[in-house]
Amino acid sequence: MTTTATPETSFKTQALIAEDINAYLAQHQHKTLLRFITCGSVDDGKSTLIGRLLYDSKMIFDDQLAALESDSKKFGTQGQNIDFALLVDGLAAEREQGITIDVAYRFFSTEKRKFIVADTPGHEQYTRNMVTGASTADLAVILIDARKGVLTQTRRHSYLVHLLGIRNVVLAVNKMDLVGYDQKAFDDIVAAYRSFAASIGIADFVPIPISGFKGDNITTRSANMPWYTGVTLMDHLETVPLDVAADQAKPFRMPVQWVCRPNLDFRGFCGLVATGSIKPGDAVRVLPSGKKSTIARIVTPGGDLQQAIAGQSVNLTFTDEVDCSRGDVIAIADEPPQVADQFEATIVWMADEPMLAGRPYWLKMAAQTVSATIAAPKYQVNVNTLDHIAVKTFELNAIGVATVSTSHPIVFEPYSESRALGGFIIIDKITNATVAAGMLNFSLRRAQNVHWQALDISRSARAALNNQIPAVLWFTGLSGAGKSTIANLVEKKLYRMNRHTFLLDGDNIRHGLNKDLGFTEADRVENIRRVGEVARLMTDAGLIVITAFISPFRAERKLVRDMMMPGEFIEIHIDTPLNVAESRDVKGLYKKARGGQLKNFTGIDSPYEAPEAPEIRIDTTDMSPEQAADFIVDHLIR
Amino acid sequence: MMARGRSLTHLERLEAESIHIMREVVAETERPVMLYSIGKDSAVMLHLARKAFHPAIPPFPLLHVDTTWKFKDMYAMRDRMAAESGMQLLVYINPEAKAKGINPFDHGGLHTDMWKTEGLKQALDKYRFDAAFGGARRDEEKSRAKERVFSFRSANHRWDPKQQRPELWNIYNARKAKGESIRVFPLSNWTELDIWQYIHLENIPIVPLYFAAKRPTVERDGLLLMVDDDRFRLREGEVPVERSIRFRTLGCYPLTGAVESTAANLVDVIREMLLTTTSERQGRAIDHDQAASMEKKKQEGYF
Repeated sequence: MTTTATPETSFKTQALIAEDINAYLAQHQHKTLLRFITCGSVDDGKSTLIGRLLYDSKMIFDDQLAALESDSKKFGTQGQNIDFALLVDGLAAEREQGITIDVAYRFFSTEKRKFIVADTPGHEQYTRNMVTGASTADLAVILIDARKGVLTQTRRHSYLVHLLGIRNVVLAVNKMDLVGYDQKAFDDIVAAYRSFAASIGIADFVPIPISGFKGDNITTRSANMPWYTGVTLMDHLETVPLDVAADQAKPFRMPVQWVCRPNLDFRGFCGLVATGSIKPGDAVRVLPSGKKSTIARIVTPGGDLQQAIAGQSVNLTFTDEVDCSRGDVIAIADEPPQVADQFEATIVWMADEPMLAGRPYWLKMAAQTVSATIAAPKYQVNVNTLDHIAVKTFELNAIGVATVSTSHPIVFEPYSESRALGGFIIIDKITNATVAAGMLNFSLRRAQNVHWQALDISRSARAALNNQIPAVLWFTGLSGAGKSTIANLVEKKLYRMNRHTFLLDGDNIRHGLNKDLGFTEADRVENIRRVGEVARLMTDAGLIVITAFISPFRAERKLVRDMMMPGEFIEIHIDTPLNVAESRDVKGLYKKARGGQLKNFTGIDSPYEAPEAPEIRIDTTDMSPEQAADFIVDHLIR
Repeated sequence: MMARGRSLTHLERLEAESIHIMREVVAETERPVMLYSIGKDSAVMLHLARKAFHPAIPPFPLLHVDTTWKFKDMYAMRDRMAAESGMQLLVYINPEAKAKGINPFDHGGLHTDMWKTEGLKQALDKYRFDAAFGGARRDEEKSRAKERVFSFRSANHRWDPKQQRPELWNIYNARKAKGESIRVFPLSNWTELDIWQYIHLENIPIVPLYFAAKRPTVERDGLLLMVDDDRFRLREGEVPVERSIRFRTLGCYPLTGAVESTAANLVDVIREMLLTTTSERQGRAIDHDQAASMEKKKQEGYF
């Protein structure tokens, strides 16, 4: 077991608790809260450092210590010594592998502050976890192994820390005991880091030479490094200014989470104050509508407040009846935030499934949830070299810049000004998974530059001239299912009935409009999006549009459905089992796909997501093409 | 708590965060419920809920998954708090466990499994709740340190560590498929000391068993057990002895061990807590089963 002098403060604390618990409680009631992350590579000693902070601040109880001693012998990597890392390695599977694989939150507290540490893994594939941990942190401790110096991982971690807007950076040069507490080793690393940090925009950082294992410069100044005259790590953590204080100086903004209506006489708007402060009598504006009102009360069970400040969850009432609901933002009247529907954003992709440009996702920011699409990336950042790379999509752990368009305008501020109104998550509409995080950089003001041209002849006028109701008959199904055959028959029948139709066929469109697209998932999404836009223009023109595309993904079919007027989109699933379609193999494509000559073939190595509730389902093992066509025409005409 | 143009204290920030979480759940789920286990963490959670929705009554019921083996004082406190809050109290008792007479004396681990794990699943299914608030804290146990605030469960209530969503900033993704549900932990970032300090500061009522008093006890397998009623089966040679005891954590008796103490008021309890050198969950038999046992239980659906 290593021995460290118990910090003197702990003795004082213990004495105070024993003698005057009320004085102790009074002191602790006024503690503030600092959230920080530790980042480092595998073996930089992150877990050991956190274990040490817990140990030195007396957060480890006797039974945990006993368990730690027995665990250290069983799993430890420090021989007979206590392995502090075991204190913080949580899940059983990780313990066996000797690595942490997720974000874990740890708590400790001193006389001045309570601390929440996000312990984030350092290895290559886990950018996702570090970004998650950094999103709530005021400060980052970047660990460097004194023997190894500034590594590729150090650069990546620093870049992410800066990207997530953390302004307080500590460079903890660890394992100083293993380099003989050598000042030159420390100075060289600090110099190397300084030039790198400046290049990515980290203006300032606090370098501290430490040993997590031995306890040097953690809570007490190290006798082994008399050449170091700066603060200990704990001193710095206890005194660094908090972000929440800076947030209070900004203009008032509160995203409305919930409207409180216990009875007809009371209407309160509940939310967490993101920035600034507010008092009864202050003039405010509700965004995005821009309507003005005045704060009447700040309601709490313990009586009304005279002021509410950033970081508090409050319930505000207005002096008059102004529309305001969940997702709106209440802001100080003379300095409101912006409203826009197209942005440049930095995206961190967090899912195994790559991003699909043009596919609609949910975007959630503060209390606003809207449908949004992400355009093809402008570039991806190589987080090791910081070079910009041209890419077609974002894959797991990719970070890059792209244009984000929302289905309707949202209230926002650049992330650099407000984490609450600039940070968002992207949610897959089908799996509901959180697939990405993003930070809005600025709005592109599309709405102001490209106006919608209002036309004098309306779509209903054109439809009336054609004497028909426009519709989209959207055929979907496997290759060889019989889509084109049946679609052709349907068009012939409608033509004979004097209907104005147009058939968009997958193969034909790929010879022209979409000849630049291949068969990757991203290209398939774009293929369908374009076809959807064309179909929409044709329905505007009053036509009955018939389309025959494999269109394997639910999300894109829904995208097209959402473009059309209600009831206009008729999804027709030509349902043919894979083995039947494959046995037909009219174009010989299945054979090629099985032979590996054709990649991304639906049903073979690319998925087909069958419609869950199509308007029409045709079972081709049960119906001839002629019967199917009659059935569809009946559905349309009746 | 009041704040006037100054840094918020850690308790004010924790309070604001918990309230924010509760309001998100109410806004984004269809049928939320608050699991109420009557302990000190539940007391704080309920207090925060009342603050979050004031002057409205919290727009969800309280659910007590009863094992029928709680201390008498706990049932009294439960009924009192439900009445005071004006919230609907649902008490669920697993009919199968009741029929089989499952009890902590004869059935050991099965007692927790049947009454709590199975009972909770049955209750959530019965009322079709899609979100359940629980009072678990990340500081309680190692595997909980990685638990999300919004913890997703499959339609059969299983917790899959790989399916949990990243949580960034204070944005929570509450979307889920039909049948899936969320366990929400608004006290995730509170520590045991925070809980006690908040109870002190806000004057929150808690079960008297947390305070020391003379109570009939026996010592068994290293735990100090309280003889709460005549269902307690004494082993041969065991004679209840009056001791000044209190509980640091409240579960089922006799699964919950007491500690000898003279701390009869809140301030003394906090002092004792601060000077003590064993961690909170040691008083609960459930954790001693095996290493990483909490994680296993969680995968099976225990809160």
